[in-house]
Amino acid sequence: MTAETTADRPATGGVARGHGVAVATRDVHLAFGSNRVLRGVDLDVAAATTACVIGPSGSGKSTLLRVVNRLLEPDRGDVLLDGRSVLPDNADVLRQRVGMVFQHFNLFPHKTVRANVTLGLTKLKGLPKDEAAELALHHLDRVGLAHKADVRPSSLSGGQQQRVAIARALAMEPEVMLFDEATSALDPELVKGVLATMADLAAEGMTMLVVTHEMGFARSVAQQVLFMDHGRVVESGEPDQVFEAPGTQRLQRFLSQVL
Amino acid sequence: MRAALPELVRVGLPNTLVLALTSAVVGTVLGMVLAVCGLSPRRWLRWPARVFTDVFRGLPAAVTILLIGVGLSPVGLHVWGPNPYPLGILALSLIASAYIGEIFRSGIQSVDTGQLEAARALGFSRPSGMRLVVIPQGVRRVLPALVNQFIALIKESSLVYFLGLLASQRDLFRLGQDAAANTGNQSALVLAGLFYLLVTVPLTHVVNAIDRRLRDGRRDGRRDGRRADGAARPDDPDGVDLDDPVLAVSQEAR
Repeated sequence: MTAETTADRPATGGVARGHGVAVATRDVHLAFGSNRVLRGVDLDVAAATTACVIGPSGSGKSTLLRVVNRLLEPDRGDVLLDGRSVLPDNADVLRQRVGMVFQHFNLFPHKTVRANVTLGLTKLKGLPKDEAAELALHHLDRVGLAHKADVRPSSLSGGQQQRVAIARALAMEPEVMLFDEATSALDPELVKGVLATMADLAAEGMTMLVVTHEMGFARSVAQQVLFMDHGRVVESGEPDQVFEAPGTQRLQRFLSQVL
Repeated sequence: MRAALPELVRVGLPNTLVLALTSAVVGTVLGMVLAVCGLSPRRWLRWPARVFTDVFRGLPAAVTILLIGVGLSPVGLHVWGPNPYPLGILALSLIASAYIGEIFRSGIQSVDTGQLEAARALGFSRPSGMRLVVIPQGVRRVLPALVNQFIALIKESSLVYFLGLLASQRDLFRLGQDAAANTGNQSALVLAGLFYLLVTVPLTHVVNAIDRRLRDGRRDGRRDGRRADGAARPDDPDGVDLDDPVLAVSQEAR
């Protein structure tokens, strides 16, 4: 199937630039029962940059993302947006500032593509219906799927669904975007289109924290790569440094397995 | 048989429909409340809902109707006068709500947890996410089971005859039975039975139609990308996996 043709490719330009803010965590700990998933995570993502988090499964990457937008509350430590702690804030309001994209897309299957995007705009931002619909079209256009506004998500390819999910998150005008293995559930031929959308977004000045197994993406788009293992950031740095000169054995072993 | 016909049409059918419809509406509303309470993270909401469900699902319908219809009749007499319908409807609603609550609960629980997570990630609170995203999907999936429950309710409505009905209050069953007793001929009861079938059989077909539509028509019933392997391929819009255990709930409950 040629669902992801060039005509389908995301369109860029005409979008506000550089509105991402810095994200940081300080000594974040989180345990589920006796399972200590995060054991003191520090990270700093500068405004309008992209950081990729890599590491074996079970290392705490996805959990870390969920602590940043407080889908999970840390047992200890702090989360900072734009240099300010977000833990005292209302978590629901905070999540409007932080967009998130999931491995399994999690589009709302009972709503059209457009309604998936407008739901938050009308119910959370209180926009009138027509204004929300217009904005939804703009954001769907941004990921190259404005022509699919009236269909249901299930009639789209996985790659298209994921781009709708990105548009849904972007419509809330977040200051940070989190990607949780956004391409892991996709067939190989659909991965490219989604990664291209993500790269465009990074180029537009969004702050992005990306959990991924796409080492090529990490290398070409990210300013920073963090290697997590057993709930800690074991190593971090610029992509070249991390990939070419891994300082720890654990990273070396991981890279030899995935590259 | 012919002699009983006008009464069955004029009195019995409307009474049966009033009993069944009213308790279906009340039972559905109450059932939703039970389902939401039963799924609440708060124990003080969850616990009473479970006890309520266990009690009204565990008692025979006849016992519940008698206990409520007779037990509360002094109160009823005071409020409504000598009409057994309000208490009968209350009893039928409570029974129906226990079953419907379980149907809704299983439907809501079958919705992928990623749906609520996605709603919350957008900025919705847990209750809003449940209301706007999770519950509508859960309810859609259990529509067939819900209609089955309505059919059961129509049949159970005949049990209000335990409460003693005035001539104008008699339902299909009571009218048929009275006529059968008076004439010594069961044909009036057969006719009453045909009237029940007239209502319940089309409903059964409604269930099947909904079921078929959910299976191969619109694909609303399916969750997105919830298969572990490369979800939702372009040329494989995977078949609706209506959760059959869900559909089985009402049958099992009978």
